[in-house]
Amino acid sequence: MSLAVEELAVRFGGVAALVDVSFEVEPERITSLIGPNGAGKTTAFNVITGFLRPARGRVLYEGKALTGLRPFQVAERGIVRTFQKTNLFHRVSVLDNVMIGLHLRGRMGFLSILLGDRRVREEETALRGVAEEILAFVGLAHRRDEVASALPYGEQRLLELAVGLAARPRLLLLDEPVSGMNPAEKTTVMGLIRRIREQGVTILLVEHDMRLVMGISDQVIVLHHGRVIAQGPPGEIQSHPEVIRAYLGGR
Amino acid sequence: METFLQHVVNGLILGGTYALLGIGLTLIFGIMNVVNFAHGEFYTLGAYGAFLFLSLLDTNFFVALLGAIALGILLGGACERLLLRPLLGESIETTMLVMIAVWIAMQNAELLAWGGVAQSIDHPFPQAPLILGPISVAPLRLFVFGTAVLLILGAHLLIHRTRLGKAMRATFQDRETAALMGVDIHGIHTLTFAFGSGLAAAAGTLLGPIFVVYPSMGDLAALKAFSVVILGGLGNFAGATLGGLLLGIAEELGAGYVSSGYRDAVGFAIIILVLLLRPSGLFARAERVG
Amino acid sequence: MKRIGPGLLAIVLLTVPLWVGNPYYVHVLIMAGIFAILALSLNLLLGYTGLLSLGHTAFFGIGAYTSALLALRLDWPPWVGFLAAVLVAGLAGYGIGKVSLRLRGAYFVLVTISFAGVIYLVSVNWMELTNGPLGLPDVPPFSLGLPGLFELSIRTKPAAYYLVLAVAGAAYFLCHRLVRSRIGRGFIALRENEALAESVGINGTRYLVLAAVVSAAMAGAAGSLYAHYTRFVSPEVFLFTYTVTMVIMVVAGGKGTLVGPVLGAFLFTALPEALRAVTSWQWQMLLYGVFLILTVFFLPKGVIPTIETWLRERRASP
Ligand SMILES: Nc1ncnc2c1ncn2[C@@H]1O[C@H](COP(=O)(O)OP(=O)(O)OP(=O)(O)O)[C@@H](O)[C@H]1O
Ligand SMILES: [Mg+2]
Repeated sequence: MSLAVEELAVRFGGVAALVDVSFEVEPERITSLIGPNGAGKTTAFNVITGFLRPARGRVLYEGKALTGLRPFQVAERGIVRTFQKTNLFHRVSVLDNVMIGLHLRGRMGFLSILLGDRRVREEETALRGVAEEILAFVGLAHRRDEVASALPYGEQRLLELAVGLAARPRLLLLDEPVSGMNPAEKTTVMGLIRRIREQGVTILLVEHDMRLVMGISDQVIVLHHGRVIAQGPPGEIQSHPEVIRAYLGGR
Repeated sequence: METFLQHVVNGLILGGTYALLGIGLTLIFGIMNVVNFAHGEFYTLGAYGAFLFLSLLDTNFFVALLGAIALGILLGGACERLLLRPLLGESIETTMLVMIAVWIAMQNAELLAWGGVAQSIDHPFPQAPLILGPISVAPLRLFVFGTAVLLILGAHLLIHRTRLGKAMRATFQDRETAALMGVDIHGIHTLTFAFGSGLAAAAGTLLGPIFVVYPSMGDLAALKAFSVVILGGLGNFAGATLGGLLLGIAEELGAGYVSSGYRDAVGFAIIILVLLLRPSGLFARAERVG
Repeated sequence: MKRIGPGLLAIVLLTVPLWVGNPYYVHVLIMAGIFAILALSLNLLLGYTGLLSLGHTAFFGIGAYTSALLALRLDWPPWVGFLAAVLVAGLAGYGIGKVSLRLRGAYFVLVTISFAGVIYLVSVNWMELTNGPLGLPDVPPFSLGLPGLFELSIRTKPAAYYLVLAVAGAAYFLCHRLVRSRIGRGFIALRENEALAESVGINGTRYLVLAAVVSAAMAGAAGSLYAHYTRFVSPEVFLFTYTVTMVIMVVAGGKGTLVGPVLGAFLFTALPEALRAVTSWQWQMLLYGVFLILTVFFLPKGVIPTIETWLRERRASP
């Protein structure tokens, strides 16, 4: 088991965003978390990555509890997320966005940096190489020196993916990575997600485009009103009566 | 016990004016999201305005007070219109810098206009204090407190009972939605800033005759206004009123029983303590992640 | 060109006392150097982590008082006092960083102002330690070496100039290394997007405190230099005017750049001195206010970034 979520509950004032949610994510698989708007998908991501404290329940990663950790500590354990709304270091160059993402791969401390240790320069050169590889992987090498906010929307979303990858995730949580993209861009990103999985990264995906979800997932979990109403392989989910009712009946 | 009561009464009288200052600042903060570092200068402006009308134009004391408040309102409105409106949508740091600049410019303009010597404002009230049981109050102070209370009530009615107040509250709640519903955000901002500055000027005209008037008097007033706002909660009208009274009493007691040298430290201490102990309680708009 | 520019600048800076005859100009340069250190230190917070500290003069003043008091009361050699000033100011920065790290925007600003206000009141009221508003006169000049063995006293203006130049140069290069490293990228990440920074593993708390400590320590160093150069310290070092001056230097020069604050320091030390001949202090301050407003409206990014953008655009369209 890679990630296990156990009996999570989150409330916002009168809104119960998550009610007793439990699910598991298999290692090196693509698991999708779907559900109508407001189902609680982003909230689940926020709890897993330490942005929210659940009222009840816990999150285990490779058997160890994540609950109570701060977001950066969750990242240190190899769990990296992207955000639903475009989220970049906007006034910084494309290359530097990825360089920031590489933070955890650097080792140099405060004193070495102040004293101008030779290894600092070596590490910088090495990191720059990695950053350029990652940019080439997502197809943004030609944008390297541009300011992130100057990129067109689709490329900004690709850059978000690059920043996430830079943090060297073993579990990558993607919150609607292709929303707002055109079909060609969507196909590119889905191809990238497959290749990331092939490199041994576990993926938890939130996405509204059912065709994509059903095409790419090994496992699908359906949330509705903060509860898990179904889980299983895509074929099973597509014909699940409760899932159909949730999507057709709206809220 | 008697001195204690006397301190509390003195504190309340000062506190009424602090509340006026705080209400002005908290409205500007809450509705416009502007940290108005020039707030104290409008207080100074009020005091000098009264001095100007009285000594140079030889008007009646009460007319002078009204004139000074009008001056504050006009200059506040102009300040918003010229300096803040073009920056609508800029970060809070940017407007903060501009207001710091206004503060420096206004204070030094006042120094140039009046010189560094302190002035006093003549008033028509008798000097002999009124003795009410164990406490004594100067008639002037009673007038100041009464006027402050009236102004606070007036502001309260304006915000809770008028259409304008309703639009102000809507803007405070959610600017985008208010704009969609047809509220003239620009107009609200100008009026809010003018109104807040008017309240600061009123505080200045009221305290001017009690103390002396000098160009940097606004610095301490601004400090007090900020501590009142922090004490009462961001954008919280009732909080600012209570906070003002509390600060006045705390200062009088602090000066009376601890040391008068640290009187002004009370304001700083309040800001630091409240922000450090209950910062989450003061974040009126927590951001959503994701 | 890229090599010649800095080389030339270095030669000019190193030979200034040789060809600037008028000691008054050397004095202005010394003050500019001290302010350059302050502006660089404030820029680390304001320009890189995005936190506006309006109590920055507190660290300057703490440095000045620490150094002066150790020299006057305990007869410590000034260079030891200098190290102590850096240390004590750094500690104060740690304290403020630690307690206020949950605060952002206006709240952070208010806490820093209040901190400076409290320290000012203490310096005025704690007569036994600070001599109150009268201040501490007769602070000894800076000296290097060990008392009794050999000693190099820095009494002349040219000597003080070289000392300040050395410290300012060191401050510049330390900042340069820091902001171009993974730590500096961490600062920038926190300024741009705190949530995203944390989610790629940047410990926001730790880095903001680190920035506060380094920044405060640098301001403390400037304070110590100031105390031994002017040989007088009074509660005035805590005045808000100093903080405002630093902020103007950083904002006008260009926050988030290294050259900007230094340029700003020179401009806004030289400008008031030039104005002094023709106007009064009040007019100067009034003009400061007007300058700041004009900068925000017409040069919001500051001089250096504006020039950079202009150069880049010119290169792009030949
Ligand atoms: N910070 C918050 N404060 C108050 N309510 C919140 C907050 N975050 C989420 N909610 C509420 O919790 C519920 C679940 O929200 P969540 O964002 O998790 O849904 P979602 O499944 O991600 O929806 P979508 O597909 O629209 O992104 C919604 O009713 C939402 O309004
Ligand atoms: Mg969502």
